[in-house]
Amino acid sequence: MARTQRRKPRLAVWKFASCDGCQLTVLNLEDELLALAGEVEIAHFLEASRATARGPYDLSLVEGSITTAHDAERIRQIRERSRFLVTIGACATAGGIQALRNFKDVKDFISIVYARPEYIATLDRSTPIADHVQVDFELRGCPIDRGQLLEVLTAFLHGRRPNIPAHSVCVECKRRGVVCVMVARGVPCLGPVTHAGCGALCPAHDRGCYGCFGPMETPNTASLSAWWRKLGVTDDGLVRAFRTFNANAPEFRKESERHEP
Amino acid sequence: MSPERRTRTIKVDALARVEGEGAMLVRIAGGRVSEVQLRIYEPPRFFEAFLRGRHFTEAVDITSRICGICPIAYQMSAANAMEDACGVRVDGALRDLRRIIYCGEWIESHALHVYLLHAPDFLGYESAVHLARDHGSIVRRGLQLKKAGNGLMALLGGREVHPINVRVGGFYRVPTTGELRAAAEPLKWARDAAMETVRWVARFPFPDFEQDYEMVALRHPSEYPITEGRLVSTRGLDIAVREFTDHVVEEHVPHSNALHAAIRGRGAYLVGPMARYALNFDRLSPLAQEAAREAGLGPVCRNPFRSIVVRAVELVYACDEALRLIERYEPPDRPAVEVPPRAATGHGCTEAPRGILYHRYTIDASGSILDAKIVPPTSQNQRAIEEDLARFVQDRLDLPTDALTWQCEQAIRNYDPCISCATHFLTLEVERLEVEQA
Repeated sequence: MARTQRRKPRLAVWKFASCDGCQLTVLNLEDELLALAGEVEIAHFLEASRATARGPYDLSLVEGSITTAHDAERIRQIRERSRFLVTIGACATAGGIQALRNFKDVKDFISIVYARPEYIATLDRSTPIADHVQVDFELRGCPIDRGQLLEVLTAFLHGRRPNIPAHSVCVECKRRGVVCVMVARGVPCLGPVTHAGCGALCPAHDRGCYGCFGPMETPNTASLSAWWRKLGVTDDGLVRAFRTFNANAPEFRKESERHEP
Repeated sequence: MSPERRTRTIKVDALARVEGEGAMLVRIAGGRVSEVQLRIYEPPRFFEAFLRGRHFTEAVDITSRICGICPIAYQMSAANAMEDACGVRVDGALRDLRRIIYCGEWIESHALHVYLLHAPDFLGYESAVHLARDHGSIVRRGLQLKKAGNGLMALLGGREVHPINVRVGGFYRVPTTGELRAAAEPLKWARDAAMETVRWVARFPFPDFEQDYEMVALRHPSEYPITEGRLVSTRGLDIAVREFTDHVVEEHVPHSNALHAAIRGRGAYLVGPMARYALNFDRLSPLAQEAAREAGLGPVCRNPFRSIVVRAVELVYACDEALRLIERYEPPDRPAVEVPPRAATGHGCTEAPRGILYHRYTIDASGSILDAKIVPPTSQNQRAIEEDLARFVQDRLDLPTDALTWQCEQAIRNYDPCISCATHFLTLEVERLEVEQA
């Protein structure tokens, strides 16, 4: 007798404040999408389907940051209905480019914080998903890399931990045989402090890394800033360099604050 | 008549197969459509606010993050606006490369919309995955077509979403002739697949529905418009891009986190493939024109449901045009021209897959951005979408609610709306409006 076929794992994809680019990366798996749809039940993925199932879900992929009280509540409900919850992209893992508001509001925050209802205060900040609920795995990048996304999905389907290296972009340059843009040409590059994953895209295009995968594990940002200064980058330039798509990631936030006037 | 018959509400709390978060509400009272709202509740992300104080060279990478579906449109409109401000023109092979990567985005975005987002409506499927169970080879063709577009974006931009290789003045690195020519083979396949796509969608059942839109698109002296041109309309508008805000007004309506745009003194207008096509049919390549004729499209199409056919014709054109430009490519001397900043205001407008995308920046002599304004296509189409829904529902009140709701969703998807784009700019706090109960 054949055994009863096991129920397919249920996949859900959720969106919060974001550009849609990371969930588009799921649809950009042109060669794998239909095979994936054979392995999992796509239970909730509004960008792709009007059919939705209530859950519970085996794997929830979450794109976007929390910027409203309503969304803060919504992510709690999604967490409750999800066995595993993986955040995808810089908005979900660090607050995204929209977290630039966090720096603007800090100055006048104290004077107004008690004058406003609490929900308005949360609107003033953009925060990563992990500030609100427990996250099982964070996939970095602005946007995420499709190969890494596939690794996360495959790992999940096989019940293992994703194999995503946490070293810097420098290692990827060496592996790819890209000549160091900073050493050879004096181009300021965030590669030494930035999390791998893109495959050293910018240096391979004769451009310094701009940190879209956020900080690597234990980055030495102070040392890199000193090198940038030697290349003629001003404090203002350093603040802007660390304040882009992962501005609210703690290591980048702290380094940018060190260079504020 | 019972009360249930007198008042009826058609609503969708979270629209599917669109980019971003929106809802729809149509209220019917006493046999008349009394209210239509395309509700955009996606939280604003304040791009125009935090662009202030950034360096003018950063706008290309930052505004790309407004939309993961059409990042090249943002990068090109931003680069054009900055080059306009600085009085620099990018020409020759660099201009061709920009047009090629933009063709890649049209192919990727149009294939996504035609096959994965819109076609399932016409054939009665919930999604392309459902569609693939019965028509696997067709969906696979769509995915490969999409991949061909993405391939061009990755070749010239480094990656498909938020490409890293575009800059003010040109690119960081340009391909060798061999690298670019290698893209031709997959594109030739894609062009054939696009022709098949036109034939496939032309046979879909289309509701009998036409609207007398004012259509607005770019027009260029010799090309089908992508990266530049004058702004023209089917009712005689003919202005330079820098005059855009003299003729278009934006209004904040309570039910949307995106501003509604209208032509001053006239009202709603339509941007996107149908507008480009109506205003530039004569600029399409012979093959694209032939595909349009074969599909039974006249020189103007006013049925928004048939926009899927126009999109397919543009797929043919984008493949054809990219191939033409690849064929004549010779690498430029330098990957970018120098663009020294100066105190000025610059305007840029390009044809995103969904329609015209306008950027305006004021910068100071050091290149710091003082002011930014961005008007994306979906906010320009909001009124037209609502007007479509009002008329469409009025003529179909006899349909059961489920069927009518689905058809309303389809009517919204006619526009390939990108809600993530539309909501990037409000500087107000979010008030989340709950959809009312019927």
